[in-house]
Amino acid sequence: MGALLQVRGIKTEFRSDSGAVVVVDEVSFDLDRGETICLVGESGSGKSVTALSIMGLLPRNGRVADGEIVFEDRNLLDLSEEEMRENRGNSLAMIFQEPMTSLNPVLTIGDQLTEGMLLHLGISRREAAERAVELLELVGVPRAGQIVKDYPHRLSGGMRQRVMIAMALSCSPVLLVADEPTTALDVTIQAQILTLMKKLAEASRTATILITHDLGVVAEMADKVAVMYAGQVVEEADVFELFDHPRHPYTVGLMKSIPHLGADDDARLESIPGSVPSPSNMPDGCRFQDRCPSVMDRCRAERPDLLETSTKRKHLVRCFLYEGEHAAVRGTTAGVAS
Amino acid sequence: MSVIEATTRKARARAGVPDGEPLLSVQDLKLHYPIRGGIVSRQTGAVRAVDGVSFEVFPGETLGIVGESGCGKSTTGRAIIRLENPTAGAVVFGGRDLAGLNTRELRRVRLNLQMVFQDPYSSLNPQKRIGDLLAEPLVAHGRASRKEAGERVTEMLDRVGLSAQFKGRYPHELSGGQRQRVGIARALMLDPTLLVLDEPVSALDVSIQAQVLNLLRDLQAELGLTYIFISHGLGAVRYISDRIVVMYLGKVMEVATTAELFANPRHPYTEILLDAYPAPNPHLRDKERTVVEGDVPNAAKPPSGCVFHTRCPFAQDKCRTEEPRLGGGSHAFACHFPLDAGRPTAASGNPETTKNPGVPA
Repeated sequence: MGALLQVRGIKTEFRSDSGAVVVVDEVSFDLDRGETICLVGESGSGKSVTALSIMGLLPRNGRVADGEIVFEDRNLLDLSEEEMRENRGNSLAMIFQEPMTSLNPVLTIGDQLTEGMLLHLGISRREAAERAVELLELVGVPRAGQIVKDYPHRLSGGMRQRVMIAMALSCSPVLLVADEPTTALDVTIQAQILTLMKKLAEASRTATILITHDLGVVAEMADKVAVMYAGQVVEEADVFELFDHPRHPYTVGLMKSIPHLGADDDARLESIPGSVPSPSNMPDGCRFQDRCPSVMDRCRAERPDLLETSTKRKHLVRCFLYEGEHAAVRGTTAGVAS
Repeated sequence: MSVIEATTRKARARAGVPDGEPLLSVQDLKLHYPIRGGIVSRQTGAVRAVDGVSFEVFPGETLGIVGESGCGKSTTGRAIIRLENPTAGAVVFGGRDLAGLNTRELRRVRLNLQMVFQDPYSSLNPQKRIGDLLAEPLVAHGRASRKEAGERVTEMLDRVGLSAQFKGRYPHELSGGQRQRVGIARALMLDPTLLVLDEPVSALDVSIQAQVLNLLRDLQAELGLTYIFISHGLGAVRYISDRIVVMYLGKVMEVATTAELFANPRHPYTEILLDAYPAPNPHLRDKERTVVEGDVPNAAKPPSGCVFHTRCPFAQDKCRTEEPRLGGGSHAFACHFPLDAGRPTAASGNPETTKNPGVPA
């Protein structure tokens, strides 16, 4: 038996007037119970589409064209829409960035919280209502008994996001997907929500996929990290390994370009020149070639694979610069890494 | 001579400001939005978006304004360039209070005061080409003929790192970073002395943010510009600012040089704000931090006394009744019970780790 969630080489494409556009390509990772993986990347890196692919929530013109998503030993891509719906809200839950647009403005908080429980848990309305109040208290909503009767517009952004988290947790999910859950919030509120999510994940051993563009949030929350660029995972490692020894030129560039609070006062920020290629116009070879300081002729012709480059800790990199390391890993663990 | 001194000299010369005098001085600025109610829509209250803000900006420096949403930082910026009319207080620029100026005089002063917005997409007319958008301010103010304007546009595009071929493009054809470069170029077309930058990099990706921040630094040094840089992103503010104003609920909590503010925050709110930023370093994830409970109060009904007392972990009775005044010279803070100066804070980390370039200080 493998990990709780095994994403295997998924390729997600969208139909457009000019043919299929591949937005996520060859994305793979594993996730176990109680583990948090952060998918980090800039806009257009495919991190949100990866999440929607797992949740089976792609818009109508999108589909997973290749690969498999094995969750609790079943390939989610083989399930019917009805089976997926049963899964969502029950063992799979998702939190979105903008809690205002994902809460129904004409239903009370209580109604929205109990809806999923009534559908999935087979409990009475009364029990569900009690549990709704408990859940709100758990996520730190003050006056929970009162709030269940309120409508979403009465709540602040931080409170709405807490309600979303309560809703996501209402059926004790096994896997929680959180897409930029704190991006729209102020930092002091973000600190509250992150602390809360950490506590809840520890207590319930929920597996979490956290999507963010903020390396600070990654450093705070992740057990392991997949760095995405232009629809692909370019590097994957545990969080300490990644921050201590970033390898892919994109990851290195990203880390140097954060104006963080500890940098030298007059040290100039390093920036990555250029911008992300568009999905309809992906270059041949490595997708980072035009922005890469270490680009070689080969990078323009061949596509690098995501390969193991360390014998000590898991550290996958999609870059020709680390082929030597990969060969060494292969030498020692003959055939295990591929 | 350091880059900073050179910039200061250039800026002072350009603005004609004597040694030691501020270029811009904001004095007890208030901007209250009336709340109307009842059948005759009588004013029933006011949202105190900006409530008694004072600070000075010196030629060639970058003054950062930080704070969370609703603290009044953007409204302050808009009131400075008079996109909104202040309820009370003065904005003195080049020795004159902008409030007393008539429309024509204000129009002339505005040549020197320009604003860059968060989302240049919504401030650039989508039906016009970049070249025309950039020439527009010059032509509108009668500063140049179409032909001269064209040359200036090429020069300015080059300054912000875009090639002349961008002239023929429309805003939607540009990426976010390129659009922000155009927004900056447009603000610079009239040779202003002061730029108010309202969240100029917040909508951009990290790698693009760095490009734009570096561009802003270079332009400042080359052109002797003075910046007011408004942002909720503390990292960017720290990178670009010489001094920082921390705002909360329409009021100034603390003003200090960047180094001083980060090493020695005296207002509890400043420390909480610094602590709340997740550092991009997993080794610091379990550090002690002061987490503040609850939300920012409603600006229509601000708390009595110190506006931060409802969330302050150190609040005493005095804080609930008496409003602290902003005092303390070059490092000013509005707090009855300021944090000790010089004590190690969670935000400053310990001395051994601050040498490591991955570690926030």
